[in-house]
Amino acid sequence: MKTFEQLKQKYHYSAILLRQLVITDFKIRYKNSVLGYVWTLIRPLALFAILYVVFVMFLRVGDAVPHYAVYLLLGIILWNYFVEVTNNGVSAIVGKGDMLCKLAFPRYVVVVSGSFSALISLMINLMVFTFFMIINGVPFTWNILWLIPLIIELFIFSLSIAFILSALYVRFRDINYIWEVVLQAGFYATPILYPITLVVAMSPLISKIMILNPIAQIMQDARHLIITQDAVTIGGIYGNTFARLIPLAIVIILALISSVYFKKKSPSFAEEI
Amino acid sequence: MNEDIAISVKNVSKNFKLPHEKADSIKSLFVNPFNKSRNKFEVQHALRNISFDIPKGEFFGIVGRNGSGKSTLLKIIAGIYQPNKGSISVNGKLVPFIELGVGFNPQLTGRENVYLNGALLGFSEKEVDKKYDSIVDFAEIERFMDQKLKNYSSGMQVRLAFSVATILAESDILLIDEVLAVGDADFQRKCFEYFKKLKKHKKTVVFVSHDMSAVREFCDRAILIESSEIIAEGSVDTVASQYSRLFLDIDEETRSNQSSERWGDQRASFRRVKITSGKVLNDSSQTIIFEAEIIANKDIDSLVTGSSITTATGEELCGTNTQHRKVKIEHIKKGEVMKIVWEYPNIFSDGRYTINVTLHGPNGGVVAEWWEGAESFVVRREEKSPFPTTPDIKLQLIRKVS
Repeated sequence: MKTFEQLKQKYHYSAILLRQLVITDFKIRYKNSVLGYVWTLIRPLALFAILYVVFVMFLRVGDAVPHYAVYLLLGIILWNYFVEVTNNGVSAIVGKGDMLCKLAFPRYVVVVSGSFSALISLMINLMVFTFFMIINGVPFTWNILWLIPLIIELFIFSLSIAFILSALYVRFRDINYIWEVVLQAGFYATPILYPITLVVAMSPLISKIMILNPIAQIMQDARHLIITQDAVTIGGIYGNTFARLIPLAIVIILALISSVYFKKKSPSFAEEI
Repeated sequence: MNEDIAISVKNVSKNFKLPHEKADSIKSLFVNPFNKSRNKFEVQHALRNISFDIPKGEFFGIVGRNGSGKSTLLKIIAGIYQPNKGSISVNGKLVPFIELGVGFNPQLTGRENVYLNGALLGFSEKEVDKKYDSIVDFAEIERFMDQKLKNYSSGMQVRLAFSVATILAESDILLIDEVLAVGDADFQRKCFEYFKKLKKHKKTVVFVSHDMSAVREFCDRAILIESSEIIAEGSVDTVASQYSRLFLDIDEETRSNQSSERWGDQRASFRRVKITSGKVLNDSSQTIIFEAEIIANKDIDSLVTGSSITTATGEELCGTNTQHRKVKIEHIKKGEVMKIVWEYPNIFSDGRYTINVTLHGPNGGVVAEWWEGAESFVVRREEKSPFPTTPDIKLQLIRKVS
C-alpha cells in the first residue's frame, strides 16, 4: 500500500516534469523560424483559406448555412487539435527514447505533455476564432462556455488515441504511415467542410454512423451552440438527445482501454525502443 | 525491510528476448501470420539470480567487463528496466544519475537546460531557482548561460550537466555509471572531489566502473559480475584482484590468436622478438629482458628502434627508443642483421603486459615496421596496488613518544 505522502510525491514529480516538458516543447517548436508563434495561427488559417476558396466560393457547399465561414473555421480548428495531439502521440515515446533509456520517470508524462502543447495552440486559435466570429456578425452569447466541457471531451478522446498510438509505435514502426492515411480519410469522414445535412439528405443511415464519431459529435454540438441553430447535432439526427451518450461512452471506454494498455506496455518501453 | 539497508536486491534475473527477425512491421504479421519462425527468438540472460544488500551510507562498486550485465543491473535498480524475476526494494530517495545531462536540448540555452534537467531529476522551478547560482559557479561557465547549448563545447556541456546533478541531487541514494570516462583531467579531479564529499556525507552510492583505481579508492565494498552472475563479492581488494585475474584468464585462453598487429614499409623489419628472462615476474628485484632481431631489406641511412610496454587494458605505460637514448644506428647495408637487447626494471603492478617494438626513421620518420603485441609477460605480486606501476618505493617509519 502506498501512503498518501508517497502518492503526493509521485504526482508532484509528474507535475514538475509535465510543466517543464510543455514549456520546452513550446520554446523549441518555432525556434529558428522567422515568424515564430505566428505559425500556430497561420497554419489553420491557411487551410481555412484554401478550403473556403474551393468549397465555399466555387463549389458553394455551405450556402444553406448562415455564417458558413466561421462554421468551417471552428471545424478546422477542432480537427487540427485532434491531428496535432495524435501526431505528437505517435512519436512521443519513440522520440524521447534517449531519455526513456536513461531515466525512470512516469512514461505517460511525455504523451500528456504533447497534448497540453496542442491545447495551448487550440486556445490561441480559439481566440482568433472569437475575433472572426464577431467580425462575421455572429451574436456573442455565453453559450460559448459550453466549449469547455466539449473541449474536455475532445481532450480525453485525442489523448486516449495518442496513448494507444504511442505504445503501438514502439513495436510497429508503420503506425505513423497508417495513421497518416487514417487522418486523411477522417478529414472527409468528419463533417468539417460540408454541412452534415448533405449526408442526411443522401443517406440517413450513413449520417447516423458518421455522427457517432466523437469528433463529429463535438464539432456539431459546438457549432450548434455558438454559431447557428442550423448546425444539426447528434440529438437532431437520431431525434433523441440521449443519443449523445453513445459517443460519450465511446470516449470513456477508449480512455479506459488506452490507459490499461499503456500501463501494461510502459514498463518495457525502455528495452523495446 | 531492515531500516539500515538502502537497496536490497533479491534473486533478480533479467532476460532480453532477441527476435531473430524483428516483427516490427505490421506487414510481416499479415503476410505470414502462421510462419513460426517469426516467433522464434533468442533469450539472452543478462542477469541471473543476483542478490545483494547495500547498507545505508555505503559506497558500493559494481565492476565487470563490457557486456557482463552491470549496466543492466544499474538500470534495474534505477527502475528503467523491470526484472523478469526477483525484486528490488529501495529505501530513500533515489537519483537515477545513470548518465549526465539526460534530456539536454541543444536548441535551448544553458539556463533553460538547467531547469529542464532539474525537472527531470524531480526539482521544481523554485527549487532550481534557489540553487541556480551555485550551479553556475560550480560549472564555471557563467558567460555562456544564455547561449544555446549547441554552441557549447562538449566539455562545457559535461561540466554543466555534472554541476546540475551534483548541486541539486541531495538525495540519499545516487547511481553513477562511468561518469569519469568523459572530461579532461581537471574535470576528473572535480569528480573525485565530489565523490569524496559524498563519502564524507555518508551518502549511499552505487558506482559502476571499469576504472579499478577509482573503485579501489572510493568503494567500501564491491561485487564483480561476469557472464550475468556475481562471481565475487566483498572487500574492494578481493574484487579488484579477481577482476584483473579475469583479464589474465582470457589472455591465456586466446593466447594463440593474440592480437598482434604489424605494419610499415618493410625497408627493415623485425625477424623476431624474444623474452630471454622469465615470462613471469614476481618482485621488483627482477627485470624483464627481451631481444629484438632486425634485418635491413635495403640500404638505409639511419634508423631508430624503440619499445614500449602496454597494460592488458591497452594503456601505454613506459617505453623509449634509440634516439632518446642517444644510440645512433646509421649506414646500414642491405641484409645486415642487428640485435637489440632491452632490459626493463620490474616496476609493473599485478597483471599481464604486452611488448610493442617499433622501427622507423629519425624524429618520428617513416615507419619501417611497427609491431604491437610482439610478446607478452605476466607480473604476479604479493603486494597489491591500485596504481598502474609499483616501483620499489622505500619508506621509513619513525615513531617517537614525547
